[in-house]
Amino acid sequence: MELYATELMGAEAYDAQGNFVGRVREFFIEPAQATNRLSHFLLSRGRFQPLIARHDQVATFAPGTMRLNVSERALQLYEPNESLLAVRKDLMDQQIIDTRGRKVVRVNDVDLTEMKSNGNVELRVTQVDVGLPGAVRRLLQGVISPGMIRKLQSKLPQSAIRWEFVNLIESDPLRRVKLRITHEKLEDLHPADLAEIIEDLSAAERQGIIASLDEETAAAVLAELDERLTTQIVEKLDPEKAADILEEMAPDAAADLLADLPKETSEELLEEMPGQEADEVRELLAFDPSTAGGMMNTEYVFVGEGSRREEVLAWIRTLELNLDQLDTIVLLDGKAEYSGTVSVASLLLAAPEQRMSELRSEPLLSIAADADEKDVFELFDKYNLRMLTVVDGERRPIGTVTVDDVVSRLVKK
Amino acid sequence: MNWESLKSSVEGLQTRGENLQLKIRGLRRRLTLLLAVVGPGLITSNVDNDAGGIAVYSQAGAQYGYALLWALIPMTIALYVTEEMCARMGVITGKGLSDLIREEFGFRPTFFVMITGFFVDLANVVAEFAGVAASMEMFHVSRYISVPIAAILVWVLVLRGTYRQVEVIFLIACGFYVTYIISALLAKPDWLEAAKHVVIPNLHFESGYFLTLTALVGTTIAPWQFFYLQAGFVEKKVGPRQYPQARADVLVGSISCMVIVFFIIVATAATLYVHGQRNVTDAVQAAQALIPLAGKWAGFTFAFGFLNASLFAASILPLSTAHVICEGLGFEAGIDHKFKDAKIFYGLYTLLIAVGAGIILIPHMPIWKIFIFSQVGNGIWLPIVIIFILLLVNRRDLMGEHVNTLTFNIVAWVTSIAMIILTLVLVYTSLFQAAPLPGG
Repeated sequence: MELYATELMGAEAYDAQGNFVGRVREFFIEPAQATNRLSHFLLSRGRFQPLIARHDQVATFAPGTMRLNVSERALQLYEPNESLLAVRKDLMDQQIIDTRGRKVVRVNDVDLTEMKSNGNVELRVTQVDVGLPGAVRRLLQGVISPGMIRKLQSKLPQSAIRWEFVNLIESDPLRRVKLRITHEKLEDLHPADLAEIIEDLSAAERQGIIASLDEETAAAVLAELDERLTTQIVEKLDPEKAADILEEMAPDAAADLLADLPKETSEELLEEMPGQEADEVRELLAFDPSTAGGMMNTEYVFVGEGSRREEVLAWIRTLELNLDQLDTIVLLDGKAEYSGTVSVASLLLAAPEQRMSELRSEPLLSIAADADEKDVFELFDKYNLRMLTVVDGERRPIGTVTVDDVVSRLVKK
Repeated sequence: MNWESLKSSVEGLQTRGENLQLKIRGLRRRLTLLLAVVGPGLITSNVDNDAGGIAVYSQAGAQYGYALLWALIPMTIALYVTEEMCARMGVITGKGLSDLIREEFGFRPTFFVMITGFFVDLANVVAEFAGVAASMEMFHVSRYISVPIAAILVWVLVLRGTYRQVEVIFLIACGFYVTYIISALLAKPDWLEAAKHVVIPNLHFESGYFLTLTALVGTTIAPWQFFYLQAGFVEKKVGPRQYPQARADVLVGSISCMVIVFFIIVATAATLYVHGQRNVTDAVQAAQALIPLAGKWAGFTFAFGFLNASLFAASILPLSTAHVICEGLGFEAGIDHKFKDAKIFYGLYTLLIAVGAGIILIPHMPIWKIFIFSQVGNGIWLPIVIIFILLLVNRRDLMGEHVNTLTFNIVAWVTSIAMIILTLVLVYTSLFQAAPLPGG
């Protein structure tokens, strides 16, 4: 039979002899034992210390009453236990993440179902109610009879989340471990969706989630987050963890993030990062954020203009690249100066023996590192670019600005 | 002159230029940091000077001259103390006030706070649109034209704008309160006399005086503003590190709100009170009475300020109300959501504006009854909200080290109790007095 947490809250509990024991004021799930079973019931007895009934001590449930299969003397006294998830305190009215709907929602009620085993009845959580039926039940419970409420709610549109798609939010790391809360399900979400979810949460909750994600996911999420939040989060992270996350980010994203932090914090984080990555980021930090140099990324593929398609492909295969970013290749001439670009599309269609200089895109464009970002936007707009090479005073390529950097800058304006 | 000295002076200039550039950059950075936080406090406090408030201030000035000015300093403190607690909660917990009430006190208390809030705010919205109608009628525009246009304007503003754009418009609206300073200057008051009354209390022991004093406090501190303020900081993602800026925002807001009240009272005191026209009951009447006494511009700026205030509050109130209700009951809320993601939020918002403006357009509608209802409603709602705030802000599990200090708690409780008593007196007199009080 279906039962709701609201109907069980305040229910009268009777022991095997039919004596009144107390009222159910709270019930718990013990995630270490079973993730969805109600394991303990707190029975309050007015001025006496409350008792605890275990799941195997319960004979039957009905809205408003609960019968035990033992006598009152068999019950233990209640003692607070951090590794139990309290349905009323930790779940009802709190926010959770709906991992399938990819959003943050507030729990109105918890739906339970009965499972009979030998001699006792267990309640298992099936879904959490986030819609109108739960709200109506919470409002009217005790005012009109449960039967009336059930009749009323059947006419309302349902909105519930199955328990396996519920991700609890707990900002205390120790409690998170005790309650076996993992964020594996969150790591499967797209970083942009996860970033949006995190923006809906409070500061402490955000911190908790970022700290428990693996570095790669955390880096991807931070890159998508509102920059005001990114700095808040990184500042509060353990410096070692923060440096690990920064390492996973593209150098330009890491530089943007560090530029917003107080000087001491950013220096501390750079110290924690491995030398080569830190140097790349330091170089980028030297540029004014509103110039081409401040927008560019230093990870790009460059080859000599005389090389053949086959050689280039073989070379690219040896590199560890973020394939989303690879759509243009920078060419160098004999003096290591910038001599143009080749798009991956023309590389794809070229014959194996063709040389890069024949595939060069027209017109030959580049921009100085200290050029204003507005000039960058204009070039992208005028020539419908996807990538633009940034060169230094000696015309050597030092980085590239890609279209996604341009779009996110323009959106922020 | 030799080349060496020229060269060194040029170099000197260059380094000075560079230093200046660095300084400007530092200043700009600090300014952007401040601007990233400023807004909620300034907007909330200024919107307190809404249609109902301005009516009461005009009346206070016309009837008692400068005698009530002393109340402004304690009112600034009360406003700051209560608003600061909400700002702090928003910044530290990152949650709205209704979110916190829901999480800590459960569904039913939240539901009742929300439903009361809805009706009280609706009455307030009606009062704001009444202000729009009255001020535009002074410019010879019929309410059947001005009110629908105002309603559509307000509705489109929020539906089409992002949070930042809307906030910028609201900040500009805050700027328009300057018109009251202009009308006060045109009224040529006795500044020395006014300044003296700000510092030295001037008590009149008669019931009318205390009633006006009560109305002054009651209309300035409205319960919905706490929800708006806290949600504002949450939506701006202001974190604990920016708390000093947030507090500065609240402080500047509280002071600027009271500065405007000062000028409104002075403008009417220097003209209406001095010339014996002491029985004004609303702001438009005050504006009209200003024209023969202080000139056309004094009257028109006064009326324009009133229009701006009514329109401003009419945009914020429905927005804030819809936001608070959805947040507390767990529906998607906020103007950064698209219409299809937050149907209930936009539905409530539209309903508040449509009904609020619609009531004004019903012929022979006794608007003053709605004014009284909104005043009584605010009075009943305020104690509940303030007590929730005080309970929440003292919870160490939520606020950590940022709970109220003992001194702050004493000030906060005393202020709150005083405010609660004053509003309850206002409720009593509104309900049992034969003549309606002005304002909402």
